[in-house]
Amino acid sequence: MACMKLKKLEQILQEVDSFDTPKIKLEQYMTPPNIAACILFAIQSSFDDIDNKIIADLGCGSGILSIGSILLGAAFCSGFDIDHDALNICLKNLKQFQLSSYDLIQCDISYLSDTFYKRYDTVIMNPPFGTNKKGIDIEFLKVAINMSKHSVYSLHKTNTREYISSKARSWRIKNEVIAELRFDLPHTYKFHTKKSVDIAVDLHRFSQL
Amino acid sequence: MKLVTHNMLTSKCLKGVNTGYPLKLVVKEIRVQSSDFNKEFISKMIPRLDWAVFVVAAKQIGHAGNLPDQLLPDYENNEELLKDVHHALFEVDIYEGELICPETNRKFQISEGIPNMLVKENEL
Ligand SMILES: C[S@@+](CC[C@H](N)C(=O)[O-])C[C@H]1O[C@@H](n2cnc3c(N)ncnc32)[C@H](O)[C@@H]1O
Repeated sequence: MACMKLKKLEQILQEVDSFDTPKIKLEQYMTPPNIAACILFAIQSSFDDIDNKIIADLGCGSGILSIGSILLGAAFCSGFDIDHDALNICLKNLKQFQLSSYDLIQCDISYLSDTFYKRYDTVIMNPPFGTNKKGIDIEFLKVAINMSKHSVYSLHKTNTREYISSKARSWRIKNEVIAELRFDLPHTYKFHTKKSVDIAVDLHRFSQL
Repeated sequence: MKLVTHNMLTSKCLKGVNTGYPLKLVVKEIRVQSSDFNKEFISKMIPRLDWAVFVVAAKQIGHAGNLPDQLLPDYENNEELLKDVHHALFEVDIYEGELICPETNRKFQISEGIPNMLVKENEL
């Protein structure tokens, strides 16, 4: 598939439905469509890691990263999430866009077996930051690095950058921050007093796995 | 759930299970939807598969075409074979059914094409 224009991708991703009732415990919030479009576009145009590739989206939620990947030419995309309600919305979204090159799997990422070892070309994910369950971000990363043959893209809070890099060093893989983003997290977090919070987020790339 | 996914899933996380692979398949409804065939992509996928598990499953669901029990060398240039692989691997969706652990017979439901692999804490 010829590479879709960024503006067009962003426009289409605006149509992706988000969580109905986000579960705070699972850190459910959707990657904003403009950010999703921008990072997917960069992953394809700078690294050619989407077109004709088999991709895994860990903690796929309502599926915006999976959908964007398929639109940018992914040959197949597997979405994994622990939550049935999220997967239902994801399925509706995928059907609405008339996509078929995907599978959705309901599972806990922490218990994914090693038969997934190196089966995927690329993993693209916006994992839980570990705000609620400490260490879950690193667990997602470990699984992602295990199942990918080539590269992993993952979003993490900027204030954990050093920690993430030190993990990558200890696993002896290459890690770089390829984009610095700002997330406007809306009302998802009821315990915040303000209507929304603005947080700094990095897009990490892991390679030479 | 497509066969590409079946080829990777296990029930190994269940307590007392050694390999939990391959999961037995019970098919209640199948949906077929064609998708773009990409020769290079399929050639690249083949060495990542457990071929024997794939062929047995494809035969069981009745979409094996002429898939050989043993993978022949030079498969990259066999377009017929690559098309059969593409079809069985990516176009056939097990929409309703079950996956069954080969060691404990624990069932995992597939509904609307989504396998539910979640297990309770006391099963771990
Ligand atoms: C920050 S949201 C991202 C959603 C989506 N990927 C996106 O970018 O819009 C994190 C997702 O991870 C899922 N999740 C949380 N813990 C999980 C676990 N242990 N296993 C699988 N998925 C999990 C949540 O249900 C949620 O959908």
